[in-house]
Amino acid sequence: MDNTLREISRDLKIINDLGLHARAAAMIAKLAQNAKAKVWIIKDGEKVDASSVIDILTLACVKDSKVQLRIDDRLDLDVLNDIVELVESGFGE
Amino acid sequence: MTAIETEDKEMRLYGIGASPGICIGKAYLVGKEGVDVIKKYHIAESRLQNEVNRFKIAVEKAKKELQGIIENIPQELREHAYILETHMVLFKDKLLYEKTIETIENEHINAEWALKKVVSNLKAMFHNIQDSYLKERVDDIVHVSERIMLNLVGAETVNIADIDKRVILVAHDLSPADTSQIQLEKIMGFITDRGGRASHTGIIARSLEIPAVMGLDNVTAIIKNDDIIIVDGTSGIVIVHPTEDTLKDYFRRKINYEAYQESINRDGHLLAETVDGFSVQVMANIELSEEIASVIDHGGDGIGLYRTEFQYLSSAFFPSEDELFEKYKAVVEAIAPKPVVIRTLDINGDKAIADTSEFDETNPALGLRAIRYCLKNPDVFKTQLRAILRATAFGNVRILFPMISTCEEVREARRILDEAADSLEKEGVVFKRNIEVGIMIEVPSAVIMADVLAQYVDFFSIGTNDLIQYSLAIDRDNKDVAHLYHPLNPAILRMVKHVADVAREKGIKVYMCGEMAGDPIHIPILLGLEMVELSMNPQAIPAVKSMIRALKVEDARRLMKDILKQTDVKDVLKLLQDNYGTIISEKMYTE
Repeated sequence: MDNTLREISRDLKIINDLGLHARAAAMIAKLAQNAKAKVWIIKDGEKVDASSVIDILTLACVKDSKVQLRIDDRLDLDVLNDIVELVESGFGE
Repeated sequence: MTAIETEDKEMRLYGIGASPGICIGKAYLVGKEGVDVIKKYHIAESRLQNEVNRFKIAVEKAKKELQGIIENIPQELREHAYILETHMVLFKDKLLYEKTIETIENEHINAEWALKKVVSNLKAMFHNIQDSYLKERVDDIVHVSERIMLNLVGAETVNIADIDKRVILVAHDLSPADTSQIQLEKIMGFITDRGGRASHTGIIARSLEIPAVMGLDNVTAIIKNDDIIIVDGTSGIVIVHPTEDTLKDYFRRKINYEAYQESINRDGHLLAETVDGFSVQVMANIELSEEIASVIDHGGDGIGLYRTEFQYLSSAFFPSEDELFEKYKAVVEAIAPKPVVIRTLDINGDKAIADTSEFDETNPALGLRAIRYCLKNPDVFKTQLRAILRATAFGNVRILFPMISTCEEVREARRILDEAADSLEKEGVVFKRNIEVGIMIEVPSAVIMADVLAQYVDFFSIGTNDLIQYSLAIDRDNKDVAHLYHPLNPAILRMVKHVADVAREKGIKVYMCGEMAGDPIHIPILLGLEMVELSMNPQAIPAVKSMIRALKVEDARRLMKDILKQTDVKDVLKLLQDNYGTIISEKMYTE
């Protein structure tokens, strides 16, 4: 299918102490809101919309949780990379 | 969701029984901003777009407000503003923003209700999160939604003074200002997260004889509007979602309690004289002139403490001399020829009157209050004194100055009283000049200086509530230390004895008007100290009188010697129980 071909995902580990807390979630959501299609965060089979702070918070990602980041459209590769960089930098904390 | 399954299960919450009695009814929550009544109403199809726009505008306004707040944060504190930046993002979060719009459209309900519904669903989602830090992030959502809600509700916020339903009030805390606004007599009972038995609100509840349980911690988070609850103010229990059986049981207890109250009230009019002929005047503490009926019904021998703060708390301006006079006259006339002890203003007047507060005191109990405030504002003081003096023409009035801690304060207060009297004389007003003037003994320094203070006054009135608070360094509203607050603490007993001894030696009268006087178990001690006047909440009078009639002053005197040798509250209590246990258990009105 076309969609699966276009889908790209990356596995990530949350390294900052507080996990995906409000500020971190807000930073991700801001980046995700620039995307043309959907950006997803997946943890333990649960998939949430990365453009929603509340949705991200409900995933309850504490430090050392493993998550997968997924974009529906290749066009959003930049967004994906930006978020990956943000997470890997520990949100600059 | 599990929350729904457990929702209707009976739940018992334990707090401090602040005012006895039982009530059963619907809960009514009072929010921080006043009454948290969010109305739900239907929106017609044709008006849906309007309603959605109203919501969008409220969000925009809320965002603008918050943006303004962020911009005004000084550069060096910007670092800490991140949480507010997060809130800015939350305003348009689809789970909040779009979901609310969706709810308005799908359910045809008003924006406030839709927002409330969305937020409570989000709260439920967060409830299941294990990590406590992340779990608390729900607070951020609540903050944001409250900011929107305020913009939605706008000027339509319901005033606390408008509550006039037969409901049980559920509040985080009720300040004296709140309680002065609520028409408490229209309410069945109330329960609060904070406060204790001796808090102002608890005292008012008891004087109005409505059941209250306080110090419940987080009852406002547990109980929802319209939940059926049982309040047992005698044992400090609140039952949420009671079962049929529990309801039946409590209806029975309620009937028993009320029948018992009636039975002791029947003898309320008899004299309070001990078996060996020592007689005590059992008087009433009141706050409102409306309580006169209750004083008379319960057989009060007068009013031993008329608190005058209410008129100051309930209006936006200082009451005029005439307004005060009319109230005092009504009370004095109704009780005459029995005495009425009018206590002068016992609050921080700046706090009481809206919009005049210049700064916040960090420790108001030790601040500019009572006589200190009055001496600093002699005009306010003189207005009240003139009103009291004018009322003397209509009955038997005594004046009582509160919070005296130095001799100078008494001299100064008497000087201003003289000035007030002089001014009335000059105007040819009829009043009695030679009335009794007394002071409250409620600050430890006044206890120690009692022998000196005695030369300036006709009587002492021991105010145990504050005396205990100041002597034992206990905030009686702080539930973590409230249990240490005990009138039978040996230090308090020694102070009371000292004051009683000094008064006898100096030939002035000594009375007691604190909570201590209203509990039958304390009566042997007060008799042992030969207190000739006790003042208490009106409904406590019959039980105290019946206790006095069962005792001998001779025995009480002898017991007092043993009591003063005790070092701990529990030993004092044990002595009282060993000697008077049978009388007390026969007369007591527990359960």
